[in-house]
Amino acid sequence: MSKPLKQIHLAAHFPGVNNTTVWSDPASGSHIEFSSFAHFARTAERAKFDFLFLAEGLRLREQGGKIYDLDVVGRPDTFTVLSALAAVTEHLGLTGTINSTFNEPYEVARQFASLDHLSGGRAAWNVVTSWDAFTGENFRRGGFLPQEERYSRAKEFLATAHELFDSWHGDEITADQDTGVFLRDAKAGAFVHQGQHFDIHGRFNVPRSPQGRPVIFQAGDSDEGREFAASDADAIFSRHTTLEAGQAFYTDVKRRLAKYGRRPDQLLILPAATFTLADTDAEARDLAKEVRRQQVSGATALRHLEFVWNRDLSGYDPDGPLPDIDPDVSSRHIAEGRAQVRMYRDPLATAREWRELAAAHNWSIRDLVIETGNRQNFIGSAETIARTIDEYVQSDAADGFILVPHVTPTGLDAFADQVVPLLQERGVFRTDYEGPTLRHHLGLAHPDDLRDRRAAS
Amino acid sequence: MSPTPASPLHLAVALEGTGWHPASWRDPVSRPRDLFTAAYWAGLVAEAERGLLDFVTLEDGLGLQTSRFLEPDDRTDQVRGRLDAVLTAARIGPLTRHIGLVPTAVVTHTEPFHLSKAIATLDYVSTGRAGVRVQITARPDEAAHFGRRGIPRIDAYDAPAARETVTDLFDEAADYVEVLRRLWDSWEDDAEIRDVVTGRFIDRDKLHHIHFEGRHFSVKGPSITPRPPQGQPLVTALAHDTIPYRLVARAADVGYVTPHDADQARDIVATVREEQEAAGRAADPLHVFGDLTVFLDDDPARAAARRARLDDLAGEPFTSDTRVFTGTPAQLADLLLEFRSAGLTGFRLRPAVLGHDLPAITRGLVPELQHRGAFRGAYEAGTLRGLLGLPRPANRYATA
Repeated sequence: MSKPLKQIHLAAHFPGVNNTTVWSDPASGSHIEFSSFAHFARTAERAKFDFLFLAEGLRLREQGGKIYDLDVVGRPDTFTVLSALAAVTEHLGLTGTINSTFNEPYEVARQFASLDHLSGGRAAWNVVTSWDAFTGENFRRGGFLPQEERYSRAKEFLATAHELFDSWHGDEITADQDTGVFLRDAKAGAFVHQGQHFDIHGRFNVPRSPQGRPVIFQAGDSDEGREFAASDADAIFSRHTTLEAGQAFYTDVKRRLAKYGRRPDQLLILPAATFTLADTDAEARDLAKEVRRQQVSGATALRHLEFVWNRDLSGYDPDGPLPDIDPDVSSRHIAEGRAQVRMYRDPLATAREWRELAAAHNWSIRDLVIETGNRQNFIGSAETIARTIDEYVQSDAADGFILVPHVTPTGLDAFADQVVPLLQERGVFRTDYEGPTLRHHLGLAHPDDLRDRRAAS
Repeated sequence: MSPTPASPLHLAVALEGTGWHPASWRDPVSRPRDLFTAAYWAGLVAEAERGLLDFVTLEDGLGLQTSRFLEPDDRTDQVRGRLDAVLTAARIGPLTRHIGLVPTAVVTHTEPFHLSKAIATLDYVSTGRAGVRVQITARPDEAAHFGRRGIPRIDAYDAPAARETVTDLFDEAADYVEVLRRLWDSWEDDAEIRDVVTGRFIDRDKLHHIHFEGRHFSVKGPSITPRPPQGQPLVTALAHDTIPYRLVARAADVGYVTPHDADQARDIVATVREEQEAAGRAADPLHVFGDLTVFLDDDPARAAARRARLDDLAGEPFTSDTRVFTGTPAQLADLLLEFRSAGLTGFRLRPAVLGHDLPAITRGLVPELQHRGAFRGAYEAGTLRGLLGLPRPANRYATA
């Protein structure tokens, strides 16, 4: 008997503040007006997506000491806009990226518990960490956190938040108007946490929310990040999007679950993915090339080359050859607030490699950045894209995808209209929501059920 | 801003649980089991909007409600637990069209950077109807929820030993509001240029680091969120004494005060105006609203009986920092107009039982005031600042 078909999970990533988002497209709308968020969320819900995803950055990026001005700049507060989106959707999950470094557990726990109540059980938290003093300059705490402690703080932050969520069990509020008993437990919400990073105690003031705890996402790709996901997360927002890399990542992470007493289906692997959809595969390929050139203007190409060179390259011609001078590896990095620059661990080697590539293909600076930059994922007709997504999921390169359109807010519309029906025809994607909460959509158990199961076994 | 005899009153309602009387949840009209749902709050705000009110405030706190002074109780006979007020307001934003949304935010343990973008975002999701009520907390148990700093226990706000602690907390609040306001202005209105020729999305000369350095925090900026629709969302604060009056005078657009009669109202308004002058803000519009807790019925005896019944259920007489009004909408209208003549420009009413006294405000008091020419007959502006007659402020960083 053949393996049963896996059901695909799909999510919509609101276009972000990076050069994947093409703001110069005439169809590109506001990145900050609520109407854009509402349109995007309603499209995702019309397409029966699992959830909407929002990224976060707590300081505007700077390069060479100046605010980076070539990409979309500016975004809303994550919690606030997700809560407002709960008013214009009924089923769609609402996933927010919230930093564990520049927040405190009590406040974040009450915000997520509140969001879960206000959305009827649709909240999810993508737990991210950072340590940079640059972002810290916007906060009371400052940039105090040594890099090696960021995961230990994140783990303890999440564990503390869970203690707060679990400090109410869900049966405390009787609100009996006749007897006058509002709470049956005088100690509801009591908690004590003493640890390396947090030493707090008292009473949590938000009663148990519909999902018990928000669904937990993790996005880091380091060994530590994978381990954190295997022990604590319900889903991973990953970036491995070729079939082989996806399968390798999938196998590696799912293998890690056993040591925490978890089954493979208790952690979903959901890579971020772009798509370029057209009537035919050939048209889609042409369109993808055009989009890529929009994403990497000459000015953007020079700025991206600076990530590696760590020098002001504004005097270079983006349509000319790569710089002869070597990267500056001696001074503080000129690009701040950007995780991407950490990928280039050996800039001298990267520069050498890129010069060889450019020479071999006769590439200009702009050509090189276009060719080596973020990969475009699904390119083709609706039929091709549906088939490819299905293949990736059925062959365990992913459990689904977090799709990032390049146009705000209408970039998802054609996918909803053309690709989703094909996935539904294939019997691999829901034709309607089957439950009210995000946990239902993702096939994740309620934390109380897990606890009861453990207690029974 | 001083009222003229003809200037219409502004009316806000303070939403808290099932109402401000601690036994309000036991009134048959109350729905205490729905307190943790969006529909409950949306229904209340819809009722307030039906009554053409300027705005609602939503209470909040970083600990469970308590009947004791600055320390938790273990009571089980009153409403305990609440939802985050900013998120509740945001949830209601898309469901309403005219009414202002003013959540409470505690500024003692939280990050001004986060709150600034949250209120800016509330302004976006409500298209220009956001405000915030800033509140300090001197509760040691709430400090322990954060574990970042201790707050010495005080027995009364006016005790000599409390002076230093309270002054410090309010100074921090003033710094906090300064950061909120600078961050809201840290983007000029026309900073987004989308210049395809040069490839620039923004004109970065129109974004500004705010360089705030204070005793409790430093914030560099700019905000990650562009300047909100109102430019500066409404900043409000409740004040009972000179130190908080100073915060209102230095930093707020609306101050809530608690006079028990017209003479007190006159004195408080005079103090606030003096502080306003001392702060160099004499020319800025600043509303001073009176807070009143209300039990309303068409028959005054019925209002009094309702209050007595709730007191019986609570086991003690109701007390409040505000004047407690028990009577008819017409009598309340008389009182509000008397207070207006003492210099108040509006009122924030605290319904004793929301399920009863909120509709009594919107369907009883409002028509009564309209009849006397003292309240609007329709929403006349698209933003909360507009409803309050406050201009959209120029950006402090704009040079043009």
